[in-house]
Amino acid sequence: MFDALQAFLSTFLFDWLAILITLVIQTVVVVLPIMLVVAWLTYAERKVIGFMQVRMGPNRVGPLGLLQPIADALKLMTKEVIFPDQANKYLFIIAPILALAPAVAAWAVIPFGDGMVVADVNAGLLYILAVTSIIVYGTIVAGWASNSKYAFLGALRGSAQKISYEIAMGFALVTVLMIAGSMNLTDIVNGQQGGMLNWYLLPLLPMFFVYFISGLAETNRTPFDVIEGEAEIVAGFHVDYSGMTFGVFMLAEYAMMILISFMTAIMFLGGWLSPFEGIPVLESLFSWVPQLGWLAFKVSLLLFVFLWLRATFPRYRYDQLMRLGWKVLIPLTILWVFVVGAMKYFSFGPWFN
Amino acid sequence: MGKFLKHQIKTWGLTELFKGLSVTGKYFFKKKITVRYPEEKTPISPRFRGHHALRRYENGEERCIACKLCEAVCPANAITIESEERDDGSRRTTQYDIDMFKCIYCGFCEEACPVDAIVETRVFEYAFHERGPHIQTKDKLLAFGDKHEPQIAADRAVDSKYR
Amino acid sequence: MTFELFIFYLLATIASVSGLMMITIKDPVKAALWLVLAFIATAGVWITAQAEFLGLVLILVYVGAVMVLFLFVVMMLDINLSIMKEGFTKYLPIGGMVIVLIAAMMYLVLGPNNFGLEVTGNPVIHPADYSNTKAIGLELYTVHAYAFILAAVLLLLGIVAAITLVLRRRPTGEVRHQSIDKQVKTQASERFEMVKMKSESEEPIKPKEEEDK
Repeated sequence: MFDALQAFLSTFLFDWLAILITLVIQTVVVVLPIMLVVAWLTYAERKVIGFMQVRMGPNRVGPLGLLQPIADALKLMTKEVIFPDQANKYLFIIAPILALAPAVAAWAVIPFGDGMVVADVNAGLLYILAVTSIIVYGTIVAGWASNSKYAFLGALRGSAQKISYEIAMGFALVTVLMIAGSMNLTDIVNGQQGGMLNWYLLPLLPMFFVYFISGLAETNRTPFDVIEGEAEIVAGFHVDYSGMTFGVFMLAEYAMMILISFMTAIMFLGGWLSPFEGIPVLESLFSWVPQLGWLAFKVSLLLFVFLWLRATFPRYRYDQLMRLGWKVLIPLTILWVFVVGAMKYFSFGPWFN
Repeated sequence: MGKFLKHQIKTWGLTELFKGLSVTGKYFFKKKITVRYPEEKTPISPRFRGHHALRRYENGEERCIACKLCEAVCPANAITIESEERDDGSRRTTQYDIDMFKCIYCGFCEEACPVDAIVETRVFEYAFHERGPHIQTKDKLLAFGDKHEPQIAADRAVDSKYR
Repeated sequence: MTFELFIFYLLATIASVSGLMMITIKDPVKAALWLVLAFIATAGVWITAQAEFLGLVLILVYVGAVMVLFLFVVMMLDINLSIMKEGFTKYLPIGGMVIVLIAAMMYLVLGPNNFGLEVTGNPVIHPADYSNTKAIGLELYTVHAYAFILAAVLLLLGIVAAITLVLRRRPTGEVRHQSIDKQVKTQASERFEMVKMKSESEEPIKPKEEEDK
């Protein structure tokens, strides 16, 4: 579709301009819905946590409070952005951009269906890993530029935590790579065809948990939100941020949440494949559901788990968190790399053939 | 050994985490206790201590006899009373001010009053946006009492058993 | 100018400028951040040169891990810049000599004699589905397997050495440590006991015998 657009544009424009315009349109088509989902994910979060605390959550703005995200966005946009005294202004402004840009850039290789992907690159998995690893800079730069002890402590905690959990995350991705034999995300999903049993969830069950837990740590969600730790360090790295600069940090956090959910769904839960594949009656019964529908369903389930975890667990203490990352998750993932290797050697189950 | 194995299964099976999740999951479907305030209201006790009012007897005579017990008992010094002899020889107040900013709504004035003149009603939805109106004068309090007399009387009747 | 060429020149400019900024700027934190930008731009250049694996690994390893740790340390330093600038003129001749030496060496190695299309030949243009990663993996794990494993062992040795060098073990008793393993493994049954007892009755307490007398 975009190729046709580009061909049409290059008939009367410079080639490079046609490419540029097509790229921009592609980006908008992908990023805009994600930003909207982010907006209503904040609403869903407040609603879900409210429900779990026997409250109702936002219910004032619009029917069922559905317009709450718009009200929030308007509020944040009209608020003043305050620069702390002696803060480094340029870095202070760049920090939220550094946080948001990778969270958005990662969507370039995420397939929303068979062939529905902006850039169908071979090294998709590696690209995701590389791009998400840059997100740390948002926190570090924010913490340093704010010229505040609390922000700085939050940044230190955040960088150490993210680097630690990135290793476990990387190893979990390695097992997926071993089993799929490809780093292309479309190939990974297509490798899981043939019913729920063929999903990588079963052979990689521990890795599923490891990846999700590391994902929680990467996005600084609760049990792992020591980076914000409002009880100890007020709000961590974004204490001094107000207005839309703060809002951009929130956008980045929620965009990352959605990204992690997408990645989990694609790598372990068969992506856009129907869970009823190969089951006689149900398969035809649900054949009307589009690919994107299944993917969205799986992703929203995972996002619900994100919120559910936040409503349930208290914050990890920092040293316990580091222990979990280094002494539990990393050894477990390394062990599972060998287990998957053995499984591959013996062509175990329907996953290796 | 058995204990060790049990512990390991419990740890790696994440049982405690799932237990916690099941609790919150259960509450997700419980009936919500939120009261959407302006549309819904919680029931109010007849003993509720809200806005003050001065009452009258049924013949229209004001109850307050300027004994100043309420002024004396008020812990926040919110009440100011001046009195004078009236033409018919009875003692009445010329000034009865309550500073609503000072008042802590303890209800001592109501308890101290020998003639049930000063009462606290169940009206709590009022606000002062500037200084001035927060001083409730005698006229205002009497007018307030006249307006809410049926409710006040009903509340006193319900509570009379315990007084 | 094709689109690829435009992107190449853009990234190359960013890389050069940020590299220059990195060595000229005084604040170490900002210098590290410029270096990060240089890495990212270089990774972009590599990707335009069809080496997407190397480019992404550069971002993953250097930007995502090494530079974060570097920043981590640099941020906590309180450097007095005026002391650092002292003796600039004193060391200038030596520094200049080093610069000339390195430049000469670089010219000898990277100069037009060794690089250039007539030496290396035209780069092979691979089809879109060519997997760079696979090619590197095959090469690494077959031809250079021993060297690769040796490098891995060396790096591991480096980690172990670094840890043993700085690890300061103090006798127990001098410092109190928390044993997180113990804390995490604690179970309710180890910490408290449920005691069953009868409820207290409200009978009056019997007077003591002394008072009876």
